[in-house]
Amino acid sequence: MNTPASFPTRSAYAFGDGALSAFSWALRRDLRLAMRSRAELGVQILFYIIVVALFPLSMAPDHQLLLLLGPGVLWVAALLASLLSLSRLFANDFADGTLEQMALSPWPLSALILGKVAAHWLTTGLPVVLLAPLLSIQYALEAEAVKVLMMGLLIGTPVLSLLGAIGAALTLGLRSGGGSLLALLVLPLYVPILIFGAASVDGIRGGIDVSSNFALLGAGLLLALVGAPFATSAAIRIALD
Amino acid sequence: MNSFKYASPAQFYPLAGKLVSVFAVLATVLLIIGLIVGLYLAPIDVTQKDSYRIIYVHVPAAWMSMFLYVVMAFWYAIALGANTRLSAMMAQSIAPTGALMTALALWTGSFWGKPTWGTYWEWDARMTSELVLLFLYLGVIALRSAIDDPRRADKACGVLAIVGVVNVPIIYMSVQWWNTLHQGATISVGERTIDSMMLTGLLMMIFAFWFYSIAITLMRVRAIILEREAGANWISELSEVKGQR
Repeated sequence: MNTPASFPTRSAYAFGDGALSAFSWALRRDLRLAMRSRAELGVQILFYIIVVALFPLSMAPDHQLLLLLGPGVLWVAALLASLLSLSRLFANDFADGTLEQMALSPWPLSALILGKVAAHWLTTGLPVVLLAPLLSIQYALEAEAVKVLMMGLLIGTPVLSLLGAIGAALTLGLRSGGGSLLALLVLPLYVPILIFGAASVDGIRGGIDVSSNFALLGAGLLLALVGAPFATSAAIRIALD
Repeated sequence: MNSFKYASPAQFYPLAGKLVSVFAVLATVLLIIGLIVGLYLAPIDVTQKDSYRIIYVHVPAAWMSMFLYVVMAFWYAIALGANTRLSAMMAQSIAPTGALMTALALWTGSFWGKPTWGTYWEWDARMTSELVLLFLYLGVIALRSAIDDPRRADKACGVLAIVGVVNVPIIYMSVQWWNTLHQGATISVGERTIDSMMLTGLLMMIFAFWFYSIAITLMRVRAIILEREAGANWISELSEVKGQR
């Protein structure tokens, strides 16, 4: 019962608001599904918290060292948390045929995908952003750095979801090593986001204006927003072939 | 003459066979002369002594590693756009050579780094982006090997390679900025006129690597054609296949 009665019909498309209603339909549907498996969401957030907590255990918990490493660790953990939840993005819909119906529907597939990606970000990216200040206490970050870190994560994590969706779609239905293959495909693409994000926190400490890094993250977001849904829908159509 | 004649594997297969021998001979000759010029005839560098001679392998490998990725993405883009089989086979055959060149560039780079910078690995912008490039190549190769249906693998790898090629300059610039933010510029060779013998050797090696890449790619594409078109009539009529069956 993944497909509610309000599934798009041809007449709905004829009214002309195809892309927007496709987006909001997919967003609401995926959020509802996520809310019905809250335990799974909780586990993903716990994963993020645990990864962040592991780093200080792997070295002497020296305050100066933690202060230096903190932003990078929080960013890497955000990357891993996003990666871990990616396989969930399309896999269930692919397995039960919902994805095929989406591809066949008169609504643009890329708009439906954007809705799903938005739901993915709201359920995995946003908690990461909101938890960052709490976790940065463990790393003794200053208030100013926390603010920059949160802003960076807020702009950067949607890009992770968007780029990750391409990888998730490309690895759909592959029997061997879906998870590790996904990591190999997606993590290199995450590199610029990690660099700009972590550099913005370093920048505020070095007294450098952070707006340049935020501008680059924002540019990355816009580029991913424009390009990724189309690449993802191409990849989904290949998987459904 | 129809310019798309050679887009057909049946037409391209014998042509590639002829080209392989031409480029293989050229590559071998240039490689031998280039190495003699580079390793014996070219003078010793003032500051780096003999260790600079790694550039005769390093620079051509690094150059090919980046260029081949673009060529691979180009053929995959044609394959996606025009749905041609041969262009996807070309792209498929380029990937291992590209990965090899990237690994070679990294390896020689770190062996040059030890005597010159005093360390095998420096988080230098070029080394880091070359490492990411290696991951991109390996991603394309791994994705292909994970998909059984070759036509689906063509398309999926095509999407990945095109997404990658958009990202390569972004990754390069981001690593560059990250590097300059974190550390001062590592030892730069600076603007210096290069000895004409050094330049000759380097150019010869660059062309040798080019021709090697062309020859090996065409050799591999012939094998891929034989493998993927195995059921076709024209293949069973090839002289080299006839004797086997």
